[in-house]
Amino acid sequence: MRISQARRRAIVGRTAWIALVAFAYVAPAAAQLRLDITEGVKDAVPVAVVPFAGQPEGGPNDVADVVSGDLRLSGRFAPLERADIVERPSQASEVRLEDWRLLKTDYVVVGRVAPDAGTVGFELVNVRTGQQMLAEQLPVAGRTLRAVAHQVSDLVYERLTGIRGVFGTRLAYVAVEGRAPNRNYRLVVSDADGYNPRTVAQSSQPLMSPAWSPDAQNLAYVSFEGGVSAVYVQRLSNGERRRVSARAGVNGAPSWSPDGTRLALTLSRDGNLDIYVLELATQALTRITTDEAIDTEADWSPDGRTLYFTSDRAGNAQIYRVSVDARDDVQRVTYTNSYNARPRVSPDGQSLAMVTLDRGYRIAVMDLKARTLRVLTDGSQDESPSYAPNGAMLVYATDARGARVLGLVSADGASRERLASERGNVREPAWSPFPAR
Amino acid sequence: MKLIRVLAVAVLALGVAACQKPTQTKPAEPPPATTDAATTSGIDDSAAGARGGSGTLTPQQQALAALKTRNVIYFDYDSSGIPQEYLSVVTANAAYLIKYPTARVRLEGNTDERGSPEYNIGLGERRAQTVRTALLAQGVAAAQITTVSYGEERPAVEGHDEAAYAQNRRVEFVYPQ
Repeated sequence: MRISQARRRAIVGRTAWIALVAFAYVAPAAAQLRLDITEGVKDAVPVAVVPFAGQPEGGPNDVADVVSGDLRLSGRFAPLERADIVERPSQASEVRLEDWRLLKTDYVVVGRVAPDAGTVGFELVNVRTGQQMLAEQLPVAGRTLRAVAHQVSDLVYERLTGIRGVFGTRLAYVAVEGRAPNRNYRLVVSDADGYNPRTVAQSSQPLMSPAWSPDAQNLAYVSFEGGVSAVYVQRLSNGERRRVSARAGVNGAPSWSPDGTRLALTLSRDGNLDIYVLELATQALTRITTDEAIDTEADWSPDGRTLYFTSDRAGNAQIYRVSVDARDDVQRVTYTNSYNARPRVSPDGQSLAMVTLDRGYRIAVMDLKARTLRVLTDGSQDESPSYAPNGAMLVYATDARGARVLGLVSADGASRERLASERGNVREPAWSPFPAR
Repeated sequence: MKLIRVLAVAVLALGVAACQKPTQTKPAEPPPATTDAATTSGIDDSAAGARGGSGTLTPQQQALAALKTRNVIYFDYDSSGIPQEYLSVVTANAAYLIKYPTARVRLEGNTDERGSPEYNIGLGERRAQTVRTALLAQGVAAAQITTVSYGEERPAVEGHDEAAYAQNRRVEFVYPQ
């Protein structure tokens, strides 16, 4: 669906900030990632989100804009264009079902912002049956209206799909500006829709591999600021960080254990790249792999007992699994294609996302029981897949028009979108866990 | 609308500002005036303490400058073997390091951009280690060599075609000042 010119808002360029998402319906306040729908679900559910009463239309705080954008981002819904919404009901009782049926929409969201009461109220109406499926009064409670809108999106999404929404979660990614050899690197955290980018680290030396702690409070990442690689853990609330591994050789690919107490790491201190587990509180180090090959990119199963990792011990990069407690129990997982790397276990532990070489480097998902591989993307250099915490979508790095951008794909491959930076190149995205309820 | 400007920026210092990169030449410091009879460089071959005449390089600095055109090895796709045509690069750098035992070299391993970034750190490290092994085989002391892998993170040239990839699959010999 093309975004009409009338929908575009002026972009206020702020050179210090990385581009964020620009939706069809939202006025980008600062440099935003632009959302392109490249392939939508054939049976995307039509839904109308009516501008909420009690606030001006347009601007970044337009609740209906944010909700429409979120539902579109999920790939499962086709929100009605605002120009096609001619009526302005703000309560379920004001919704004239016959009118909405003519527009062929299945659901209507209506609501109102009540600043005096400090609440945002809304209802979700099933157009065909007239049933009021949701009615909520949400306290603003010091949050931005965007944050409240994301909560509306979560509630609507969960009511209609049975799946928990991820619209209140965040992305971390690396933004690279400048041209070799004068690159500048930033570690950025933004809302899941790309809004509100915040630089949390920057360097003229490479930054890599952001990894969210399970409580979503910390980021582990790799920095070459000292001239060689080291792994840092940084607290996002105050920017405090500590260097947790600066051993001789490579320090890379941090991955948090599900209980948040350990990091799987790649170290080369014993001569070649191997997987180790670092106990954060004590700095106790346990070696996991001993093969002479490159062993790296470890990721934990949700029960914390298995590590999946990349190894080229068979002559080319493939994915293996090892039991954390029985380290001689190493099994190969991938046999399709000549290159499989960067395993990421789905939140429910049933699937494994990876980069596979299938005519191009593409994102694929393996069903761990059936051992079947489904290729989700069709780029030539798609990499760094990361699951949303509800397992329904992945973010990854891809190309668009010569620049590196972020891609979103549904876990079944049915829908695909892009988040493109206004400036520079964006890579290595990591989707945050759910915030603590 | 104001951006949320919580600046939790950790500004990170340049770590390698002082290193001599292959494409740069640091000009020689003019040596202090001496009351000795003027010594001319190029004749006195002793390493530490050799002092050139005003405006000239020491023998070691000359030798290092001569390496400027032989300080990078390029690799074939998905390979960490040193191609035949670059063995002379190994030999030239080994000769320098053996002659000047206090000299230190950092081998920087790199890959092209294809494939997974952390796995590419491994490939870059493997390339750097291969060159290190070749230097050791020629008699260079292990203490003179350090290695680092940048994987695909620090390409020499931008570009997404085979020509750019070929220039990025490399190990650089970097001599810190």
